[in-house]
Amino acid sequence: MSFDFSRSHFDLFAQPELFQIDRAALDARYRELQAQYHPDRYASAADIEKRLALQIATRINEAYQTLKSPLARGRYLLQLSGVETQEETNTAMPMDFLMGQMEWREAIAEAKASQNVEALERLNVELRGETDALEAELGALLDRAQYEDAAIAVRKLRFMEKLDAEIGNAIEAALF
Amino acid sequence: MALLQISEPGMSAAPHQHRLAVGIDLGTTNSLVATVRSGSAVCLPDQHGRTLLPSVVHYSTARVVVGHEAQAKQNQDPANTVVSVKRFMGRGLADVADAATPYRFVDEPGMLKLVTAGGVKSPVQVSADILRALKARAEESLGGELAGAVITVPAYFDDAQRQATKDAAQLAGLNVLRLLNEPTAAAIAYGLDNAAEGTYVIYDLGGGTFDVSILELTRGVFEVRATSGDSQLGGDDFDHRVYCWLLEQAGLSQLNEHDVRLLLTRAREAKEALTEHDLTRITAKLSNEVVIDLELSSATFQAITAHLVQKTINPVRRALRDARLTVADIKGVVLVGGATRMPHVHRAVGELFGQPPLTNLDPDKVVALGAAMQADVLAGNKGDDDWLLLDVIPLSLGLETMGGLVEKIIPRNSTIPTARAQDFTTFKDGQTALAVHVLQGERELVTDCRSLARFELRGIPPMVAGAARIRVSFQVDADGLLSVSAREQSTGIAASIAVKPSYGLGDDEIARMLQDSLRHAGDDMEARKLAEARVEAEALIDASQAALASDGDLLDAAERGAIDDQIERLLAAMAGHDADVLRELTEALNHATQEFAARRMDRAVKRGLAGQKIEEL
Repeated sequence: MSFDFSRSHFDLFAQPELFQIDRAALDARYRELQAQYHPDRYASAADIEKRLALQIATRINEAYQTLKSPLARGRYLLQLSGVETQEETNTAMPMDFLMGQMEWREAIAEAKASQNVEALERLNVELRGETDALEAELGALLDRAQYEDAAIAVRKLRFMEKLDAEIGNAIEAALF
Repeated sequence: MALLQISEPGMSAAPHQHRLAVGIDLGTTNSLVATVRSGSAVCLPDQHGRTLLPSVVHYSTARVVVGHEAQAKQNQDPANTVVSVKRFMGRGLADVADAATPYRFVDEPGMLKLVTAGGVKSPVQVSADILRALKARAEESLGGELAGAVITVPAYFDDAQRQATKDAAQLAGLNVLRLLNEPTAAAIAYGLDNAAEGTYVIYDLGGGTFDVSILELTRGVFEVRATSGDSQLGGDDFDHRVYCWLLEQAGLSQLNEHDVRLLLTRAREAKEALTEHDLTRITAKLSNEVVIDLELSSATFQAITAHLVQKTINPVRRALRDARLTVADIKGVVLVGGATRMPHVHRAVGELFGQPPLTNLDPDKVVALGAAMQADVLAGNKGDDDWLLLDVIPLSLGLETMGGLVEKIIPRNSTIPTARAQDFTTFKDGQTALAVHVLQGERELVTDCRSLARFELRGIPPMVAGAARIRVSFQVDADGLLSVSAREQSTGIAASIAVKPSYGLGDDEIARMLQDSLRHAGDDMEARKLAEARVEAEALIDASQAALASDGDLLDAAERGAIDDQIERLLAAMAGHDADVLRELTEALNHATQEFAARRMDRAVKRGLAGQKIEEL
């Protein structure tokens, strides 16, 4: 069993280092890699091999999750280009975006307070639409190597991700 | 015997040699063992041709009895007959505040214990006794030593419950190839039998646990998309509802443990009868000669248990949401677990999915059969045509942050194995320690999640505030078990620990182990070995002390002193970190108590002959 942990996720999945990704090829390669390295293949092997299989399969899962998610993929591309996305430290966002966030939060809070699952589901669909648009924008910025602007798009998407989680939690709280 | 054993089981067999591997369904109510024989999976029967082994263990001073024989004793000796022990795995006293159990519990950190005539038993030991019986059955039937076993667990089991199950298997002398989620095992058996392709839901309502998993089946790949459930909901709860109904109808309260057990048994029989009939009669004669004679209709039964059926629907919805699917995407729903035989459960599932559920496999056996198929693959008996199984972690893992909140590090339904790291830093100049609290669950507050481990990282070199960079890494392996390691990035000081909160290891001990490994940079294998040695030592100390308390008069002062000495030495070693010393001293105590054990056996036999109840003495 040999595996090069220094390979990039793109390299491991035989994909070009681009935001656009061939999802079918990604899925097929994922299954191929796990079929080869999954710990189940080494369940009767020596401890050292079991441990290695665990580490490799963990890496394959990490790479797959990163490449599958547009936000994680964009962040990873920036990281490969040496650009920090500063998601935890840089909170300076454009004014119009922050206004939009406030409106989102109000709408979610309102639907949450009235336990209105339908309204929450509608917000979820709407949010999905806005997120899709932002992801497309991130892709375009990365293609043009506008990394600073792409980093802003990543930070925006992080906000959207939090809103999505909040809606999900609110729906769960209302349903269950 | 040690000299005859030339190789570790399952490790060095020649290629292409068939290795004996089994799948074990360690159920709340019944357990099964299955294996693959000439290409097809079969459940192994006992000498009387019965495949189901009741998950019941009876303890007396003289011996341990498992299965049907133990079940036969449950009405006459309920306190020493342990049923549904799975519900206590990895659970504390506060978790199982169930009024209708006839047991005497001892609250221990992490996991409760049960007081029996055979000594104080942890649920791990009771489960190990069940597993031992199945192992013996398999070895007798297959004619050789087992190379390994796949043990199934409810998909919704948390880390403590999984760890406890693995410990029980190891205690029973089984080489655990894998812990396999029950619905996933069922999906393997169903999927391979029917060459199924598409998205399937496995609805698994067992004796004590409920799981739902959504799987994507495509050419040789079983991929779990989402799982949910309730690890404290099962057929037992339906029995309990009937039991409460009986009390109410008969105007009873304050029953003794015999009557509690009797009525619970009658309740279970009534539930089973109502699967086939619209009406059943319940009769029982209580110890105070009061006779109960009632009729329970299927309509009443369904009304008093409707909320339990409803409780299974929410996890199904949650799993669908997590998988981002709707009922329209589901190709088929497979029912697993004896409790799915209840007509109203059947109907509720059919209504929810708008299609009749699939029931062409025996719901009692399908999990064991799937586990056997997977065991066959893991033992290396299959060729190139084997399959790939991608499972997930059922509950999110997180760390405590400021204000008693939980920050999720690994979200639920992440494909395993998985790892995630989180960086921490110091917030005071010269700070050399950092508290880490690991939790599992979906809620925001620490108090609403299950605490898996709490430890302090010590030995951080003094630096200015914010300079240290401590990376805490979570690793979840293919069994769904968590280990946590920490490394100070600038100095490379490392520590790692298998999270083992279930029993034997208190928070203090975890902290000590961690400090120790920080100092020695030892790896987690050492910690694991030590933890296992501790468990064994603790079990023996418990057993010895219980025996001394009940039969100490069999020993003279010198003999008693010798045993006390050995216990003292072993207790002292428990505070240390040397697994080899622990093992040696455990063996020494075992040796020192042999004569004592023989005398206790004699006494028990004599008491038995005198026609007295051993348990009452």
